Amino acid sequence: MAVNRMFRTCPASGLLFHEPAEKLMRFHAVAAVVSLLIGGILAIGVVLTRWQAIHLLPPDLFYQVLTAHGLNMLVFWIIFFEMAVLYFAGSTLLRSRLATPRIAWAAFWLMVIGALVNNYSVFRGDSSVMFTSYAPMGAHPTFYLGLILFAVGALVSCFVFLGTLVVARAERTYRGSIPLVTFGALTACIIAIFTIAAGAIILIPTFFWSVGLIDHIDSLMYKTVWWAFGHSSQQINVAAHVSVWYAVAAIVFGAKPMSEKVSRGAFLLYIFFLQLASAHHLLVDPGLTSNWKIFNTSYAMYLAVLASMVHGLTVPGAIEVAQREKGHNQGLFTWLRRAPWGNPVFSAMFISLIGFGFLGGISGVMMGTEQLNMIIHNTIYVPGHFHATVVVGTTLAFMGLTYFLIPVLFRREVMFPGMAKWQPYVFGLGMSAVSLFLMGAGTLGVPRRHWDISFAGNPFPYEFPGAAWLMMALAGISGLIAIVGGGMYLLITVGSVFLGKKIVTPGFQHVRARENVAAIPAAAPVITSHGSIGAGGMVAPGTFVLAMVFLAAFVLYYFINWKYLSTVWPLK
Amino acid sequence: MSALLPPAEQVWWKQPLDRVELIWIVIALIWCLIMFFMMPYWHIYGKQNLSNEAYRARPEEYAKKAEDMIAKYKVREEGGDLKVPVVHPPAGSDVYLIARLWSWSPMLELEAGKSYRIHLMSMDWLHGFSLQPENINIQVHPGYEHVVTVTPGSPGTYSIICNEYCGINHHTMTSRLYVVK
Amino acid sequence: MATQGFEEDVPEEPVPAMQQLLDNPFLLLFIGIAMPTVLYIVWGVMEIVSLPIAK
Repeated sequence: MAVNRMFRTCPASGLLFHEPAEKLMRFHAVAAVVSLLIGGILAIGVVLTRWQAIHLLPPDLFYQVLTAHGLNMLVFWIIFFEMAVLYFAGSTLLRSRLATPRIAWAAFWLMVIGALVNNYSVFRGDSSVMFTSYAPMGAHPTFYLGLILFAVGALVSCFVFLGTLVVARAERTYRGSIPLVTFGALTACIIAIFTIAAGAIILIPTFFWSVGLIDHIDSLMYKTVWWAFGHSSQQINVAAHVSVWYAVAAIVFGAKPMSEKVSRGAFLLYIFFLQLASAHHLLVDPGLTSNWKIFNTSYAMYLAVLASMVHGLTVPGAIEVAQREKGHNQGLFTWLRRAPWGNPVFSAMFISLIGFGFLGGISGVMMGTEQLNMIIHNTIYVPGHFHATVVVGTTLAFMGLTYFLIPVLFRREVMFPGMAKWQPYVFGLGMSAVSLFLMGAGTLGVPRRHWDISFAGNPFPYEFPGAAWLMMALAGISGLIAIVGGGMYLLITVGSVFLGKKIVTPGFQHVRARENVAAIPAAAPVITSHGSIGAGGMVAPGTFVLAMVFLAAFVLYYFINWKYLSTVWPLK
Repeated sequence: MSALLPPAEQVWWKQPLDRVELIWIVIALIWCLIMFFMMPYWHIYGKQNLSNEAYRARPEEYAKKAEDMIAKYKVREEGGDLKVPVVHPPAGSDVYLIARLWSWSPMLELEAGKSYRIHLMSMDWLHGFSLQPENINIQVHPGYEHVVTVTPGSPGTYSIICNEYCGINHHTMTSRLYVVK
Repeated sequence: MATQGFEEDVPEEPVPAMQQLLDNPFLLLFIGIAMPTVLYIVWGVMEIVSLPIAK
C-alpha cells in the first residue's frame, strides 16, 4: 500500500498536519476526554462520600467508584492525551509523515479495548482493588488483562513516535536538532517505555496468578516492581506537561527557550533519574535497606528535582524575555501583569506551573524524604499531593492545550468563549484548594482510601480532631468547585468538537508532501544579546524573584516538617 | 515559536548561559544536596528512623510467637465479646503485633520512656500500621517480619488504625495502644 | 515524489559530544531504561531476595 503523504497547513498557526496523524490525534483526544468524563462523574461519588457530613455511598460502592475514578483519570485520560501529544510533537512539529499509521490505529484500538475491559472488570464489582491492586488482594482476571492490553497499545504508540523521528530524520524534514517540545515528548516517550516494561514484568504474572496458573505472588516484590510502573506512569506526565508548558509559551508569546542547553539538559536529568522516585512508595516498607531508599527516593541526590526547578525558571523566564522584548519592560512584574490572563491557553498553563511547583513539587519532596515519609505515608496527604501534580499540573496543562487544539486540530471555533475564559480559574483554584485541605487533613493523620473516619459502630473507635473534620469538609466543598470546573471544560470541548462552528478555509485541500505546502518559516534570528531588557544584569529578573520566593517557601516548609518529625516517638 | 522549531543554531551546546539561569542552577543544586544529606544526617543524629531489620517469615510461625507472648504477658481482655487480649510486656522485650483482616492482635500496654522491639507482620493482605494521634505510619506486609524499636512518649490512650486499603471492612480495623507510667 | 527535504547538514564546527548524545534518541532510550532497571528494580529485588529467614 502506498504511503499516505497528504498534508494540510493550518491557516491560523502555520502548522503542518499529516492526514493520518491528524485523524489519530483527534481520536486519541476524544478517547481521552471520554475517560475524563467518566472519571469526573465518579469523582462526585468520591468527594461526597469522604465529606463525612454527606457520606453518600455505602462502602462497597465507594471503593468500587474510587478504583474506577483512579484508573480512568490516572491511566486512561492522561495516556490517551499523551499519545496525541506524542503524535503532535513527532509528526506535526517535525513536519513529517507519521510512521506506520495502520499500526498506530491498531495500537489505538488496543488501548480502547484495554480501557473498556478494565472498566468492565471494576464495574462487575469484584475488582475494587484500587489503582494499585496490591497482591495478594486479587481482582478478576479481566482487570489485569485490560491493563495489559492498554499498556501494549501505548507501547506500540511509543514506537510509532520513535519511528516517526527516524522517518523525519531520513527524509530530512527538519534541520539540525529536533525542537525542544519534541525533545520533551521524547523524554516522556522514553519514560513511558520503561513504565510499560515494568508493568508487563509484574502484571503478566499477576494475570496468570488470577487465573490460577501461578499460585503465589509475593507482596513486597509486587509492590516494588508495581511502583516502577505506577509512579513512572506519573513521571510520563511530568515530562509531557513540561513540554506543553514550553509549547504554550511559544504559541502564546512566541517565546524562545532561554537556552537550549539548559532546558534539554534538564530533560536529560529526567531521563536519567526521574523514574528512581518509584521508591517514594516503599519508604516505610520492610526488607529494603536505607541505602536503597535514600538513593532512589532522592532521584540520586535530587537531580530530577533540580531539573524541575530549572524548568520552573526557564519557562516563565522565556515568557518574561519575550514580553520585555515586546516593550513590557518596566519594573519587575509588568510583563506578568500584562500577560493575556483572559486567554485560557495561557491562564491554564500558568496556574498549572504555579500549582505544580508550589503545591505538588514541594509536597512531593516532603513525602519522598525517607524519614518524613513516616508521618505522611498512606495518609490523605498523598492524594493531596498528587491532585496538585497530576490534576493541577498535568490535567490543567492539557486543558489549556485543548483550547489551542480545538481550532487548529478540529477546525472548530471554541464554544462558550466567556466560560472558557473562567474555566482554568474555577478548575485550577478549586483543585488547588482540594490539595491544600487534603494535605492539612493528612498532617492530622486522616487515612486515604478510607470509607468512614468516624469509625461508627467500631469497638475501638478513634476520634479525629475537629480540625481534621473541618479540613475534609472544606476539601469536599473545593472538590465540588473543581468538578464544576471540569464540567465546564467537558461542556466546552465536547460542544465545540461536535457542534462548534466549523472553520472553513476557502480552497482548502490536503496536498502531497512539500508541493504547495507553505514555506517553512525562516529560522528566527539568533539573539546573542538581549540589549537593554531586564535589570541587574539579568534578562528575567522578575522570574528570578519568583524563583527565590519559591525557594524560601520550599526551605521553610521542609524544615517545619523535620521539626514536626522530631516531636514524634523515637524509633529506630 | 521557537520551542516548536528546531534550534536556530546547528551547534547550540556551546551557547553561553544567561546569568539568571546560571545563578539559579547553582542555588538549586546546593539546596538539592542539602536535602540529600539531611537523610543520612538524621540517621546519625535524629531519633526517628525506621530500622533495616526485617525477615522473611511464615504466617503460622509468626502467629505462634505472638500467641506465646500473649500467654505470657496477658493482663486482661477488652472489647466485650471480642475478647481482645491486652498484654503488658516488660521493657526491652520483643512484642509481636498481628495484622489480619480486619483486626489487630494483641492490644499493647507499654510504659512511657521504655523501649520495645515491636514486630509487625500481616497474616493475609497488605495492611497499614497507623498510630494516632502520633501519626506514625508503617506498611505491614504478609510474609515479612519488620522489627521496629519504639520508645513511647507521654502516657495516654492511643489508637492503631489500618491505613492500607484492605477490603470492605477496612474502616473497622482499629485497635488501641495504652501508654502507662 | 517531491520529498526533497533539507540538504545534508554540514555543521560549520564539530558537534560537541553532549549535543550528539542529546540528538540520539535511541542512545537516550537505552540509558533511560538501563538506569532505573539497574538502580531501582535489580538493586531492590536483590535486597528483597537476600533477606534472612526469621529465627
